[in-house]
Amino acid sequence: MKTIFAKSIPGRQGLMPDAPAAPAAAHLPQDLLRPAAPRLPEVSELDVMRHVSELSRRNFGVDTNFYPLGSCTMKYNPRFMEHVASLDGFTKLHPLMAQLRGAGHFTQGALEVMYETEQLLCEITGMAAFTLHPMAGAHGELTGVMCIAAYHRDKGNKKTKVICPDSAHGTNPATAALAGYDVVNIASVDGMIDPEHLENALDDDVAAVMMTCPNTLGLFERHLERIVALTHAKDALLYYDGANLNAILGKMRVGDVGFDVVHLNLHKTFATPHGAGGPGAGPVGVAERLTPFLPVSRVVKLKDGRLFLDYDYPKSIGYMAPFYGNFGVVLKAYAYILRQGREGLTRVSEYAVLNANYMRKRLESHVEIPHDRLCMHEFVASAVAQAKQGVKALDVAKALLDKGHHAPTVYFPLIVKECLMFEPTETESRETMDQFVDDLIEILSLAGTDPAFLQHAPHTTPVGRLDETKAARDMVLTDDA
Amino acid sequence: MPYIPHTPEQTQEMLKVVGVESLEALFQDIPASMRPKSFNLPPGMSERAVCARLEELARANKTDVVSFLGGGFYDHHIPAIVDALSSRGEFLTAYTPYQAEASQGTLQAIFEYQTAVSRLLDMDCANASVYDGGSALFEACMMAVRATKRSRIVVDESLSPIYRTMLATYTTNLQLELATVPHGGGVSDMQALLAAIDDKTAAVVVQNPTFFGTIHDYTALFAQAKAKGAVSVLTCYPVLQSILKTPGQMGADVAVAEGQSLGLPLSFGGPYLGIMTCTREIVRQMPGRIVGRTVDHQGRTGYVLTLQAREQHIRRAKATSNICSNQALCAFRAYVTLCVLGPQGLARMAEDAVDKAHYAAARLAALPGVRLLSDAPFGNEFAVVLPRNAHEVVDKCASRGLVPGFPLGGYFAGMDNVLLVACTEKTSREQIGHLAEMVGGLL
Repeated sequence: MKTIFAKSIPGRQGLMPDAPAAPAAAHLPQDLLRPAAPRLPEVSELDVMRHVSELSRRNFGVDTNFYPLGSCTMKYNPRFMEHVASLDGFTKLHPLMAQLRGAGHFTQGALEVMYETEQLLCEITGMAAFTLHPMAGAHGELTGVMCIAAYHRDKGNKKTKVICPDSAHGTNPATAALAGYDVVNIASVDGMIDPEHLENALDDDVAAVMMTCPNTLGLFERHLERIVALTHAKDALLYYDGANLNAILGKMRVGDVGFDVVHLNLHKTFATPHGAGGPGAGPVGVAERLTPFLPVSRVVKLKDGRLFLDYDYPKSIGYMAPFYGNFGVVLKAYAYILRQGREGLTRVSEYAVLNANYMRKRLESHVEIPHDRLCMHEFVASAVAQAKQGVKALDVAKALLDKGHHAPTVYFPLIVKECLMFEPTETESRETMDQFVDDLIEILSLAGTDPAFLQHAPHTTPVGRLDETKAARDMVLTDDA
Repeated sequence: MPYIPHTPEQTQEMLKVVGVESLEALFQDIPASMRPKSFNLPPGMSERAVCARLEELARANKTDVVSFLGGGFYDHHIPAIVDALSSRGEFLTAYTPYQAEASQGTLQAIFEYQTAVSRLLDMDCANASVYDGGSALFEACMMAVRATKRSRIVVDESLSPIYRTMLATYTTNLQLELATVPHGGGVSDMQALLAAIDDKTAAVVVQNPTFFGTIHDYTALFAQAKAKGAVSVLTCYPVLQSILKTPGQMGADVAVAEGQSLGLPLSFGGPYLGIMTCTREIVRQMPGRIVGRTVDHQGRTGYVLTLQAREQHIRRAKATSNICSNQALCAFRAYVTLCVLGPQGLARMAEDAVDKAHYAAARLAALPGVRLLSDAPFGNEFAVVLPRNAHEVVDKCASRGLVPGFPLGGYFAGMDNVLLVACTEKTSREQIGHLAEMVGGLL
């Protein structure tokens, strides 16, 4: 398919704003102006509509295909949340308006959304306070680890290390490094964090342990209570990667269990669309002793019910975002939580876990399941048997695309060979899962009869398997190269 | 059960397949001691009831005021086609395009976005967005630190104070020195900036237009940086970039921008878009998603995420950044905006905003006791010195439905009387007349 640049016709115009009364040259010296216009496409509005619509037909989304992408929680995104987030009263609000001394009352509705969302997230997780500033899950991790660093600095602790189990998301070690820490890896045993390994690694230099529970194998950490005790005994803090909150809503609150920091991926658990990679939002909740270090500003409610932004927290780590985080995404999560309520959120986890276990049971006699016990909202399978027949996890993934399903996550976590990680989520019906499982079983059986067919999959997508080595070597990153 | 399709019968059948008695039994791995101490949330509400609640909250915000607020975030017209295309589910509900064959639409759109913003800023390549202009600026500094293995970052004080604060926050735990060069009366102090670059400097960071709205040519500064082995970082305003001398022409190594003005609503602070571009020499230091063009086994053109070996999911603690999800849909909105406006449309939008701002500046400067903060060239935003406290003026005007600009006293010492005033193509001359009358009446 041609690019929009290849479709450009010099002189053709798209949407034209009103003409200015005077050109820029009337106001600015020539040597500060651009000598030639940028070579953006010169196309009509209909050209853009047709071009981008054609692009859309070359894409999978949750609206079009089942997306059992483990670790990513690709559930249905109700359009209602898009509707409320697009109300003029929110989208037209300039963020600096809230910082005008006398105009705080212009933004009371938005501040109330933020205040209430923070309260709701506190109740959902059992944490003492929340900040909505982080603009994505990994950004939330950075915010949380920076709060941890500020806590230790404030106490005069000289701590230089953060422990990340090998089952952790790749963002965890990257975050710890970006926050200035040395990263210590510890190996899982039987899919669980091993308390002895942890104890050995836990010296006085450890600032925090970052963990995911249920972990990236979809399993609940059996030694959680000991892990909490061991970590706190060394005055290290315990970080909860909340990307998997879909598994535990109403069943466990991380604050009650003893975690000190948690980030939530609003775009996962609270159903805002992924948008091909964002925007998301990664609010961070902390235990009482960490609240002084949260980013500023914070939303505060006065006795008379008025809300204002308070910047007066001398121990705060500072600004993580230019303003108050991805407010538009927070709005969607807020509407989603109101829609679901207590019972609804509990049901989200119950059905997310039911669906994952149902798929696991239906697949267990067709593919190896390394930890075949009750899983949480996702589970991991291994295509090792198929690999002996020449068919890799990647081939299985590509063949699923031919069947109209998005592939599961492959080769993650790194600790399982030929890993396939499934997460159906609670919004998928039994019929959808059955169709997927039937198709997957057929693909797995082809490994014994026609491996070449799978090795060359996909066959029905707009392009076949792409040469990634060439892409990295030639580096054609714009239409000009 | 909102959004859950199971019938009670199906639930029972599925529980039977799993081999447990009840939904609750699925959670037997969580011991009783770890169960929630409370879960006191309100009961669920119908779609209609939530809608009414959110409409009420939206009305509690006052958005019908005439506003001259800017500060790097501007109320430009958003073409209707942007909402129409970006709400298509195939883009809206897609995931990061790891399975390239099923995501050619997103990948090609990102590739075209990279091309468009690279051309707009006159740079070689771009990533597929980071969170916002401020985090883009931090990431640009980290690129410079990695590329030069140096630790000193020279920052112009006329850069957005919001971004300077973010930069200070992000670098707290890193062994970096932030050297801030004081502004010269509301403009970049070019001599001081030149003098501040030494052999230990990793990056020199400037903004065009500056936070005060003034426009500069940093060519000589960037040449000096190059001579000293430092990386030049320029943060700019993409709409004006359609008419201003470009970062590429000035010799910037990394150019970043807040992309909000390209088709994103103000939305009380986010989601916004970090535009990030650089020269080819330094691209391997660039964080975030980058799309490259390649071929499939039949020689057909296709697109993939590339240079992934830099990223967190592969390199873990040694990655260029921890960025995982980004602002792809925001980049998509900017892409559609750039396509539908084209070079002429974008330039018109920019020139109209500049023309309105100059009209507003003339009207305000004609008031008794009012003068422009500096006589440097400016674009669609400018700072005026009032004969009285700007906060008080803003408060009084706001209570009458007009926000005349942003008072700078909170961000810059000694600037209690300075007001930052922004226009866009949406500002009318009539509104500017009201602004001048209202401010004039208060002096």
